[in-house]
Amino acid sequence: MNKILIKGISKSFGDVQALQDIHLDINSGELFGLIGPDGAGKTTLFRILATLLLADTGSATVAGWDVVKDLRQIRRHLGYMPGRFSLYQDLTVAENLNFFATIFGTSIEENYDLIKDIYQQIEPFRNRRAGQLSGGMKQKLALSCALIHAPRVLFLDEPTTGVDAVSRQEFWEMLQRLKAKNITILVSTPYMDEAQLCDRIALIQQGRILSVAPPDELTASYPHPLFEVGAKNRYQLLQDLRHYPATLSVFPFGEFLHLSTHHPVEPMEIREFLAERQHQQIVVRPADATVEDCFMDQLRN
Amino acid sequence: MNYAIQAENLTKRFGNFTAVNAINFTVKKGEIFGFLGANGAGKTTAMRMLTGLSKPSGGKAEVAGYDVRTQAEEIKRHIGYMSQKFSLYEDLTVGENIWFFGNIYGLSRAMIKAKTEKLLDELQLKEVKKQLVASLPLGWKQRLAFALASFHDPEIVFLDEPTGGVDPITRREFWEMIYAAADRGITIFVTTHYMDEAEYCDRVSIMVDGNISALDTPAGLKANFLASSMDEVFVKLARG
Repeated sequence: MNKILIKGISKSFGDVQALQDIHLDINSGELFGLIGPDGAGKTTLFRILATLLLADTGSATVAGWDVVKDLRQIRRHLGYMPGRFSLYQDLTVAENLNFFATIFGTSIEENYDLIKDIYQQIEPFRNRRAGQLSGGMKQKLALSCALIHAPRVLFLDEPTTGVDAVSRQEFWEMLQRLKAKNITILVSTPYMDEAQLCDRIALIQQGRILSVAPPDELTASYPHPLFEVGAKNRYQLLQDLRHYPATLSVFPFGEFLHLSTHHPVEPMEIREFLAERQHQQIVVRPADATVEDCFMDQLRN
Repeated sequence: MNYAIQAENLTKRFGNFTAVNAINFTVKKGEIFGFLGANGAGKTTAMRMLTGLSKPSGGKAEVAGYDVRTQAEEIKRHIGYMSQKFSLYEDLTVGENIWFFGNIYGLSRAMIKAKTEKLLDELQLKEVKKQLVASLPLGWKQRLAFALASFHDPEIVFLDEPTGGVDPITRREFWEMIYAAADRGITIFVTTHYMDEAEYCDRVSIMVDGNISALDTPAGLKANFLASSMDEVFVKLARG
C-alpha cells in the first residue's frame, strides 16, 4: 500500500552529518509530521525519499518501491511540494497546472475532483502569472500542481513557512480532507503548533530523530512538573526563577514563563519565593505541556 | 516625551489603492509592541513610513520625537532595523560586519573598538570573530543581527519577522535578548506572522485591509475575542 519505510538512512555533505541513522515506518493514509528547525535534515530526507538524492547508507521504500531501484515508479506516483516555490513564475496559474498535468500524461479534468477544493480558491486568478500571486495563493497553486496526477504519497516541505495564520489554517484543513482520500502525507514544519494537527510526529534535530509519537501521547508523557508563571516584570522574573532551587528549566512562553522543576513543588512555594523578591501580579499555576515543551526538554538532554 | 511612536491618521495610497488607511496608535518608551496582520494587510507599508523610507500620503507620525515626513534622516539615525531576510553580510566576517555597521552609523574608531569587545563578550562570539557570517548557525546570526541593529544605542529597534526557522530554545534565547533590551529602555517594534510570538509582546495591534482592527494586550485580546490563543484571535478578525 502507500506506506513509507525508512531503514537506517544516513547522509553527509563533507564534514556535515545531515542525517544519522534514520528509521521510520509511516502508515498508509497517515498524516505524519517532521518537526524541527532549519538545518535539522528535513529537506535532505525529503530529497532522498523523492529519489533526487542518494543516501550514503540505509534504504527506503515509498508506496512499496525502492528509492534507488524504482525511481520511475516513485516519481510517477509521488506529489512533491519543495520548500522553495518551484513553479514557473512567468506562466499563469492555469498554464502551470496544465503543464504539470501534461507531463504526467493526464489532464486537469481527469483529476479535478481531487484539487477542486483548493483550486477553486485561486481559479478567479487563473490568468495571473504565478510570480504575481500572494504567498497564500502560491502555496495553493503549488499544492494543486503537486496533486494533479493523483499521487499516492504527498511530500510537503515546510508548506506554511512565510504564510499568514489564516492561510495556514486553511491549508491544514485541506490536508485533513486529502488524508480522508487515503493519500499518505509527509509534511515538515518548524512550527510546533502545527504538530498538533498530525496523526504522529517525529521531532528531528541535527540529523537525528529525537522521538516519534502521536502529539497527544508526546505531551501527556512530559516527564517533569510544569508551571505557568507570570509577573509584571517578565525579564526580572526569568532571572529570579533561574535561581529558584527546584528549577530544572525556565523559558519564556508567550505571556507567561514555563517552569519545569526537578521534583514536585506546591504553586504556593513558588509564589512565596517570588513575593520575597518583590514581584507584583504573580501568577503560578500547573500547566499542560505543549509539543514545544517536549521538544525543548528533549533538546536539553 | 513618553511615546516612542505616535501615529495620527497615518495614510498611504498607491493610485486608487489605500494600503494604510488613517491608522492611529501610540507606542510607549520601553514597550515591546507587536504589529501583526495577514499578507497584504499593509504592515510593511506602514513600517516603511515609520522608518522614514516612504512618505505618508496623509496624516502624520512621530518616531523618537521626529516627524516622519520632514525628519526622515534623523529618524534613521535614532532607530535600528533587523529583518529575517536581510541583516548581515554573509560574505564578511563577524568582525567585518561589526566594523561595517559601526561605520555606517558614524561611530568613532575608539567607540567601535570598545563596543566590539563588549558585544563579542556578551554574545560569546569571540572565537568566531574571524569567521564568515555565512558559516554561523542561524540562531547566532539572529543574535548578532539584533546586537548590530542596536549597536548605535537607538531609541527604537524595528524587527521585521525576526525569528523564523530556529529551534524553540534558540528562539527563546533571542526573545530574552529582546526582553533585556526593553528592560534597558529600548522600545521594540516587531512584525511577525506567528501568533505565538505575538504573545511575547506587551501590546499588539492587528491590521486588516489597511486598518488597525484591534489593539490591546495579548490577554485583553484573547478575553475580548473569547479565544484561547492569539492564533484564534487573528483568524476570527481576519476572516471577519
